[in-house]
Amino acid sequence: MTLASTDITTSAVASALQGKKVDTAGTIFRAALLATLVFTVVVLLTLLVSVVQDAMPILSGEPLTSEVRSDLVDTTTDPPTITQFGETFDVQISTDAAGNETYFQLDERSFGDFVGGNVNFTNPAENGIKQGIFGSLGIAVMVLVFSIPIGVGAAVYLEEYSKASRFTRLVDVNIRNLAGVPSIVYGILGFTVLVTALNGITGGRSLISGGITLAILVLPVVIITSAEAVRAVPQPIREAGYGVGATRWEVTRYHVLPYAMPGILTGTMLSLARALGEAAPLILVGAQTGFFTDPEGALDRLTGNFTALPMLVFNFTRQPGDALKTEGAAAAIVVLLLVVLFVNATGIILRNSFEKKRS
Amino acid sequence: MSDHVLDTPDATTSTGSNTMSNRPVVETSASLRDRESNRIVFDIDDLDVYYGDFRAVHDVSLEIREHEITAFIGPSGCGKSTVLRCLNRMNDLIDSARIEGSIKYHGVDLYDRKVNAVEVRRRVGMVFQKANPFPKSIYENIAFGPRISGYKGDMDELVERSLTQAALWDEVKDRLKESGLGMSGGQQQRLCIARALATNPDVLLMDEPCSALDPIATGRIEDLIQELKHDYTVVIVTHNMQQAARVSDRTAFFTAQIDSDSDRRTGLLVEFDDTESIFSTPKDERTENYVTGRFG
Repeated sequence: MTLASTDITTSAVASALQGKKVDTAGTIFRAALLATLVFTVVVLLTLLVSVVQDAMPILSGEPLTSEVRSDLVDTTTDPPTITQFGETFDVQISTDAAGNETYFQLDERSFGDFVGGNVNFTNPAENGIKQGIFGSLGIAVMVLVFSIPIGVGAAVYLEEYSKASRFTRLVDVNIRNLAGVPSIVYGILGFTVLVTALNGITGGRSLISGGITLAILVLPVVIITSAEAVRAVPQPIREAGYGVGATRWEVTRYHVLPYAMPGILTGTMLSLARALGEAAPLILVGAQTGFFTDPEGALDRLTGNFTALPMLVFNFTRQPGDALKTEGAAAAIVVLLLVVLFVNATGIILRNSFEKKRS
Repeated sequence: MSDHVLDTPDATTSTGSNTMSNRPVVETSASLRDRESNRIVFDIDDLDVYYGDFRAVHDVSLEIREHEITAFIGPSGCGKSTVLRCLNRMNDLIDSARIEGSIKYHGVDLYDRKVNAVEVRRRVGMVFQKANPFPKSIYENIAFGPRISGYKGDMDELVERSLTQAALWDEVKDRLKESGLGMSGGQQQRLCIARALATNPDVLLMDEPCSALDPIATGRIEDLIQELKHDYTVVIVTHNMQQAARVSDRTAFFTAQIDSDSDRRTGLLVEFDDTESIFSTPKDERTENYVTGRFG
C-alpha cells in the first residue's frame, strides 16, 4: 500500500517536472533568429559566388577570344593570321554545323598581368588594375595618417578633457549627424575645397585630394567609435591612476588609451574598409576614368592623376564587351575584397594583441 | 616618530575614557585637540560638499591626526565616502563637485587655487572599495606611481618593499610579471594597498577596502592596516561597525538626513570621538541607535 502511494507520488512529481507544455513562442523565436542568419549568409554567398564566377576567366588566365572580320584574315598561312596596326596575330577558325567559318583572335591573359597592368580600354586583354590598387593603398595610408590622429584626438578630448556642457553635447550630436551624411556630399566638399580652392597645394584632381576627402568622410565614424571605446574604459582604472598621483595626460597615455586601443582599432578598421569601397566622392574629386600615364616621382604621384579600385569597377561596368564589363569588373571586385580582407585581418591581429596586453 | 610610539591603542583608549566624563558634548573636536599630542594632518572645518546645486554633505568638522586610524562609519548615502574623497581631491574628477568650508593639510588649505591636486594625491594615497589593479603586471602596478613621480632609486627594491609592507611579497615574488588581475580578490586589494604605499604617501585613504572580501581576506587587511599605522596616517570608510571598532582609534559617525525641499539625502557628521566612546558611551541618540543595530 505504502509502496503504491509512493509510486503515485513519484510519478506525479516526475510528470510535473518533465512538463507537458511546449514552448511554442520560444521555438518560433529561435527559428526566426536562425532564419535571419541563414538569409544573411545565403545572400552574401550568392554575391560572392556570382562575382568569383564572373571573374573566373581572368582569375584562371583564360585567353581572351574576340571575333575578327573574315575578309581581313590571311588564310594562306598555317595557322591563319591577321595583321593589325602592323602586328601579326594567329587566328583560330571555328566551323559551325552549316559549314560557315568564323575567325577568332586569341589574346593571352593572366591574373598576374591583370593585377600588374595599367588601365587599357582599347585592348581589354591588356587591361589591368595596378593603378587602382596603388591608388587605393595610397588612399588607405592617407586615411590612416589623417583620420586616426585627428579622430582619436577629438574623441579623447570629448571624453576625457571636456566638461559636460551644452556645447559639448551639441558637438557630439553634430558629429553623429556627420556620420550619416551621404558620401557624395563629402565629394562636393573635396571638390570645392581641395580640388578648387587648394589647387596649388593638392595639385587639384590628385591622390592627396582623394585621400583627404575620404579621411574626412570617415572622421565622424572614427571619432564616434573611439569615443565609445574611451567611454568604455572602467572608471576604477582612471581612479587608480589619479590615486597614485598621475596627471590627466599620464592617466590617458598609460591607462585609458591602451585599454581603449582594441575598440579604437576596430572602429578604425571598419572606417578604412568603408573608405576603400567608396567611389562616389572620388568621382567628384576627379579620379581618372580611363587610361592615364602614371606621374613620375613620389611627390608627383601624390599630386598627380590617380584612380582607385572602386572607381575602376564603376568604369569597367560602363564599357562595352564582357571582357571589361563583366569579367574585368568582377576581377577588380575580387581584388578589392582581398585588399579589404587583408586590412581587416591586420586589424583583428592588432586588436587581439592589444587585448592580450590588457588582461 | 616619537609621538606615535607612545600612541599604542591602549594609551589612546585609556586617555579617552578618562577624559570623557568632564568634556562638553558639543565641543567634541575641540576637546580632542586639547588632550592629544599627535599632530593634526587634516583639519576639516565646516565642510559642505556640493554636486551642482545639490548639497551632498554639510557642516563636517573634524581633525585627523598623525599615526592614527580614523574610521568613518554610517549608513549608505551619509556622505562618508564623499568626505574621504575630498581629502585627496578625488572629487575634482567630477565636474560638478565643489566644496565650501576648508580642509587644511598640515596647515595648508587643500583647495587653495595654487595647490596642485596631482601633488596632493602623491602624498595622500587611496585604496578603493573594489580592488582596481591596472590591467598590467604585478610589478608594473607597483612601479607606475613611483615612475611618474620621478623616482630615481632602485625600482626592484621599491617594488619588493611595497609588496612586503602590504604582506603580499611572499605570495607573488615568483610571478611579478604576471597580470595583477589573475590574483584573488584579497590579494588584489593588498596589491592596491602596496601600489598606494609605493609612492611613499603620508596618508592612506581607504574607501570600504574590505566590502568585497571574505572574512579571512578581511582579517588580513585589518591586520595590515594596524601595521601601517606605525608609518602612515590612515582614514578608513567602512560599512562594517565591527571593523571600525576593531581597527580604528577614532570614529566619525555620519548619517543621512532627508532634505525636505528636494527629497534628497544630505550627509552630516553626528559624532566624532574615540572609537571606544563611540561604541560604548555614544553621546548622540542617533549614534547609539546605529551602533547598537537599531537603525541602518
